[in-house]
Amino acid sequence: MSGNKHQNKDTSSLQSVVSDWSADKQSFDMPWGKLMMWIFLLSDTFVFSIFLTSYMNVRMSTTAVWPSSSEVFALTIAGHHIPLVLIAIMTFILITSSGTMAMAVNYAYQGNKQKTVYLMMATALLGASFIGMQAFEWTKLIVEEGIRPWGNPLGANQFGAAFFMITGFHGLHVSAGVIYLLVIAKRVHQGKYQKKGYQIVEITGLYWHFVDLVWVFIFAFFYLW
Amino acid sequence: MSKFANIAIADQVDESKHPHSFMTKYIWSQDHKVIAIQYSITAIAVGLVALVLSGMMRLQLGFPNEFSFIDPSAYLQFVTMHGMIMVIYLLTALLLGGFGNYLIPLMVGARDMVFPFLNMLSYWTYFLAVLVLLASFFVSGGPTGAGWTLYPPQAILSGTPGEHAGILLMLASLAIFIVAFTMGGLNYVTTILQARTKGMTLMRMPLTIWGIFVATILGLLAFPALLVSAIMMIFDKVIGTSFFMPAILSLGETLDHSGGSPILFQHLFWFFGHPEVYIVALPAFGMVSDVIAVHARKNIFGYRMMVWAIVAIGGLSFVVWAHHMYVSGMNPYFGFFFATTTLIIAIPTALKVYNWLLTLWRGNIHLTIPMLFAIGFIFTFTHGGLTGLMLGNVVIDLPLSDTYFVVAHFHMVMGVSPVMVLFAAIYHWFPLLTGRFLNNALGKFHFWGTFLGTYAIYLPMHYLGFLGVPRRYYAMGTTDFIPESAQSLNASITVSAIIVGLVQLIFIFNLIWSTFKGKKSGRNPWQATSLEWQTAHFPPGHGNWGEQLPNVYRWAYDFSVPRAKDDFIPQNVTPEDVAYLDTEESNKGREPS
Repeated sequence: MSGNKHQNKDTSSLQSVVSDWSADKQSFDMPWGKLMMWIFLLSDTFVFSIFLTSYMNVRMSTTAVWPSSSEVFALTIAGHHIPLVLIAIMTFILITSSGTMAMAVNYAYQGNKQKTVYLMMATALLGASFIGMQAFEWTKLIVEEGIRPWGNPLGANQFGAAFFMITGFHGLHVSAGVIYLLVIAKRVHQGKYQKKGYQIVEITGLYWHFVDLVWVFIFAFFYLW
Repeated sequence: MSKFANIAIADQVDESKHPHSFMTKYIWSQDHKVIAIQYSITAIAVGLVALVLSGMMRLQLGFPNEFSFIDPSAYLQFVTMHGMIMVIYLLTALLLGGFGNYLIPLMVGARDMVFPFLNMLSYWTYFLAVLVLLASFFVSGGPTGAGWTLYPPQAILSGTPGEHAGILLMLASLAIFIVAFTMGGLNYVTTILQARTKGMTLMRMPLTIWGIFVATILGLLAFPALLVSAIMMIFDKVIGTSFFMPAILSLGETLDHSGGSPILFQHLFWFFGHPEVYIVALPAFGMVSDVIAVHARKNIFGYRMMVWAIVAIGGLSFVVWAHHMYVSGMNPYFGFFFATTTLIIAIPTALKVYNWLLTLWRGNIHLTIPMLFAIGFIFTFTHGGLTGLMLGNVVIDLPLSDTYFVVAHFHMVMGVSPVMVLFAAIYHWFPLLTGRFLNNALGKFHFWGTFLGTYAIYLPMHYLGFLGVPRRYYAMGTTDFIPESAQSLNASITVSAIIVGLVQLIFIFNLIWSTFKGKKSGRNPWQATSLEWQTAHFPPGHGNWGEQLPNVYRWAYDFSVPRAKDDFIPQNVTPEDVAYLDTEESNKGREPS
């Protein structure tokens, strides 16, 4: 646009933002892989949003009773009936894992290979324990309460269907994240990024934080509503 | 497999890293140009299947009860597979997987996509999706006959053809396709944003790239809705959940489902389905802009507005989806909202049509084959767009819904129009792939056959729609309000459709023949300015640019620049290197002749 650019000497700030952003080479000052991860996460955001929107829709469309979350998700520990206790622990663990991940990224950029690997392993361990507890929760719902995707003695069928589908899909994301973390931690340990730089740790971290963030929404919509 | 599988090609300058064996060069290739050709051949092949299916539908409609192999189930299966293949496996794959892959790195001046290995994976995943889809022709019960919209509850209940394996294979194939598209799409967007060569600002990119860029973003945000609804429908079918299934009495039996929402599927499907229209249309808009500018030897009129129109159409396409659902029984106020947004989207679209016309106006129009198809596109697109404005209004849509008027509308606007651009683009860029022209005489025959033939098919369909002839009916039978003349119209449409189908065989023959025997084109035969014609080797080799990446000094539309010696200045020509006529000569050029 050779012509137009010089016509407006009095460029407004919005225009200069646009022309800065559309300048040559890289539109975003970040490695290719990192931008690609951001765009993927944007797409994945749509996947989860649509899952949750569909869940809200069927929760409204069904005529059967929706089970009370403080009853279904309660545990009886030492004779006490405590609502939402397991899920509180799971959420705490997952958010803690975001903290260890952030520390791993920090140490990676400092070039501290050993601490990076340890913290990534810790993150993976926390993630794995989250999945373990989720398996426990599923078992309880299936075996003790008799809830199935196609049936629910406590009320609406859609409760089981939406719950297993959405937490299952999230659980697959966490599992994939644990594998991803372990693979990258191994490669960091082998020194494969010493020359290339450690952006890959941050990219892994982006994915991990995203999975945590999604969990916060699932937690809010499933357990608190 | 090469050992540097995940190193971006832009970082590979070493000659030894080019692939040498047949397998790495043509099968497991990571070169975007080879992947593009793989995508294109697969898409065209599966598109021919869909073309044959439409021919068989027309045979039944034109001459009912003449062909014993087309029973009502088979007819519905043809309808479904024709629609799904054409929209997703042909148009989306050919425009983005084919042209997107080929043109993005060449037009923005990159050596390849940013992650070539992922790109290769994208093609082979797409190939798997096609295989799964085609497998449904061979399972018991055949492919699904639910219509390309796959509306539940009927799509998964008995009474619909292919209710067991067919519908599951269809849903699985769609999910696999979406994975393939995501891998490719991430590559396209990242390449355009991050790997442009020096001087190639976003506002200097050819409109082709803008169209592909915005369409890919639409795809990445719209396909999730289809993915999620496919997953939920698979669960409804296989494990008996009730996402989309209300309590139903079917064939005298109460089904196990209850409490689901069939309208939810419609919303999700069209939240994908409407952007999908623009996933197909925007790359076509972009490519036709470039074809028109090159063959009219004139800069595209209002480049900046064209870019913003593409972006605006992309954004608006996410808030119009429920205009496909006026008869679904949703709240009438929604109809008001979606009718308004639908009519608003006509503004940037009309702006583009005016700008194409104004580019042609007083241009030096060369009536080459690509240009013929491009002008044909302006006709068909304007027709389809205007009927779209009619159907966007609730009161007009209600009586015309599910009639042949709708069929005519969407075939004109997103069937014929993008296909016209695809032909224009194939005739235009074929020399870049092969160094040869497609045959001109066959091309002219192909154009007139296709252009006039499609009008002979779709204009009468509008009329059938006004008569109230419903779509997706196997046979009209004796219906009082449909006059007998409708049947003779149907017969004439069928004859035209068969002719148009046969004309496409001439095109396929032309492609194959010209690849080997076509007239040599030489470098940059259309005298285009954009980077893909300025490569070191012609046709471009692996790595595209030889030793050094090109530098870009201007936008892609420096045609017929006043006082310049040539009527085009390629993007990589420095301002100092532009040859100008001296003043005397240039004055001579301006004298009235």
